[in-house]
Amino acid sequence: MKKAEQPFQFKTASYLTRITNQVATNLKRLREGLETCSDTSIFNHTFQTLSRHHFLTQGFSNDFAQWVLAACNRPELAEHLASLDIRDYLSLAALRADFRRLVSEYCEQNPQQAEQSAFEPFYFYEAIGVEVPLQMEAWTLRELRDGLQNLSHAAFHFHFIASRLRLQLRTNDFSFWLASCLDLATLARRVNRIDIYTNTLESALHTIIGLVDRELDP
Amino acid sequence: MSVTVPTPLLVRLDDYTPLLGEPEVAELRTLASRLQLRTVQMVNSTAMGGGVAEILNRLVPILQELGLAIRWEVITGGNDFFEITKAFHNALHGGPYTMPPESFDTFLAYNEQNRLRIRMEAEFIIIHDPQPVAFIRSRRDHSGHWIWRCHIDLSHPNPTVWGFLEPWVNRYDGAIFSSAAFARHLRVPQYLFYPSIDPLSEKNRDLEPELVRGTLERFGIDPERTILTQISRFDRLKDPLGVVRAFQIVKRYFDCQLVLAGGGAGDDPEGEAVLSEVREASANDPDVHILDLPPSSATEINALQRGSTIIIQKSLREGFGLTVTEGLWKSKPVVASAVGGIPLQVIHKHTGLLAHSVEGTAYQIRFLLSNPVIAERLGRQGRAYVREHFLITSSAKRYLALFLHLLDRH
Repeated sequence: MKKAEQPFQFKTASYLTRITNQVATNLKRLREGLETCSDTSIFNHTFQTLSRHHFLTQGFSNDFAQWVLAACNRPELAEHLASLDIRDYLSLAALRADFRRLVSEYCEQNPQQAEQSAFEPFYFYEAIGVEVPLQMEAWTLRELRDGLQNLSHAAFHFHFIASRLRLQLRTNDFSFWLASCLDLATLARRVNRIDIYTNTLESALHTIIGLVDRELDP
Repeated sequence: MSVTVPTPLLVRLDDYTPLLGEPEVAELRTLASRLQLRTVQMVNSTAMGGGVAEILNRLVPILQELGLAIRWEVITGGNDFFEITKAFHNALHGGPYTMPPESFDTFLAYNEQNRLRIRMEAEFIIIHDPQPVAFIRSRRDHSGHWIWRCHIDLSHPNPTVWGFLEPWVNRYDGAIFSSAAFARHLRVPQYLFYPSIDPLSEKNRDLEPELVRGTLERFGIDPERTILTQISRFDRLKDPLGVVRAFQIVKRYFDCQLVLAGGGAGDDPEGEAVLSEVREASANDPDVHILDLPPSSATEINALQRGSTIIIQKSLREGFGLTVTEGLWKSKPVVASAVGGIPLQVIHKHTGLLAHSVEGTAYQIRFLLSNPVIAERLGRQGRAYVREHFLITSSAKRYLALFLHLLDRH
């Protein structure tokens, strides 16, 4: 079995939620908030919320879409916002720009609805991450599998979802290591194809373990 | 005299493993590994009774087992002090403040008495609620990390009382609120920490089906028929009359029983009046079970929730709404009002159903009774949501993350 030159270092991240003073009470205010909120706020309401709501595998994508649907009753805009897939983005700036564009276009085309009060305000939060290395590393595919079996939701989210922003690549830590350190490009692609919107964190993790098992024992 | 509360050590961290899974418990230990023997002091005003003491009774042993050198201090005071802090509490919820101006001096004098008795020398100091807020005076030369943990809804505070407290709060390094809607615009960073329940407590632990059935039968409730339940004090803000009206609408379509169970009628004249009104509204319907329970009824409440088909919380105003958390944890479909902290827990159509009126409540109940598969899915997802966000272990994790963040920031 091939041994990597660089080990896979397992880590986890715990997030504090910080309350900002930004609140949206209608779609126009949401647009303003999307222009001025911090990057950690965009991260919180998109990447981080996937971790918080991972067990919802139908109809939940990000906090903005959920609020537009549940508090503003604008299903069309909500669908557009929900369709933004964080896997397509390598920077929060690009993700913010698309959210802002969609809300702006809707507000321009529907000026009356843009100013209608929502049932509940939208509070902009920030996610403050604290990274902690786990006492686990993998030099081989089998060791990676053993490590995967012991990952918490937060650690899995850190490596599989939040990693895109760190790597600045359309991939995740597992796929990146599999391809670059173990020359397992096909397995890396299969892992990267797993749909994080229709899986829970558990089911995505189990799918990866299954793919690794098949590679270990074809 | 102020007291240090001996740490209760009845439940071990490993006891949570069957509920959370080994990786989640291991992660708590990993996060705590950088905090070994770091000192923490929690300060509040009561060791028993009330939600804060209930949380600290579980949180302190968990953090201690994780290796933090944590102490829990309880301040004391005369009746005059607690009359003032009760008046503060009501005023911070928006009520009038009728105490004389010198009450603020009395409040500060009791804080000073306690402060002189308790040495505040820990690295992380968490002051709970307004009662000990002036302990911040003990801080010397920016030493330690001082955080004010507010368990109260401050969305509409009485300006006199908040005007007195705000300058004290702004001297801390940060403040923690249970909901963004409960927070104020402060000069210090504000963090969101949800309240939590203990899944191993008497009110939430798993119960044998025989005990659930036996409890229902003891109260004259038929376990074989549909049971709709609201657990809450007999208080107008919990809208028990609205629940009865919603039940009467549902009953036109479904054979069902209503359980309204709670306390507060015995020692509260208004509670007694509300109870009478509810009895009158139910018009001696044998399917309406009104239970005025004593405070020591945790097991009974647990059994009533577990035996229910649907949990209702039709409050007109609400704090966080931990009775909703309890219902969700028991995998029950919940129909609740979109007020206070309830929408943080009930994500409409995902972890329960929200309603805004009596008719809406009745409609959502009918919908769930007609669609048991959806009801089952909501219950399952509700439990998953509570497991990750509203259990005492989640609270412990948030404190660990906060301490690590404060260390990294300096």
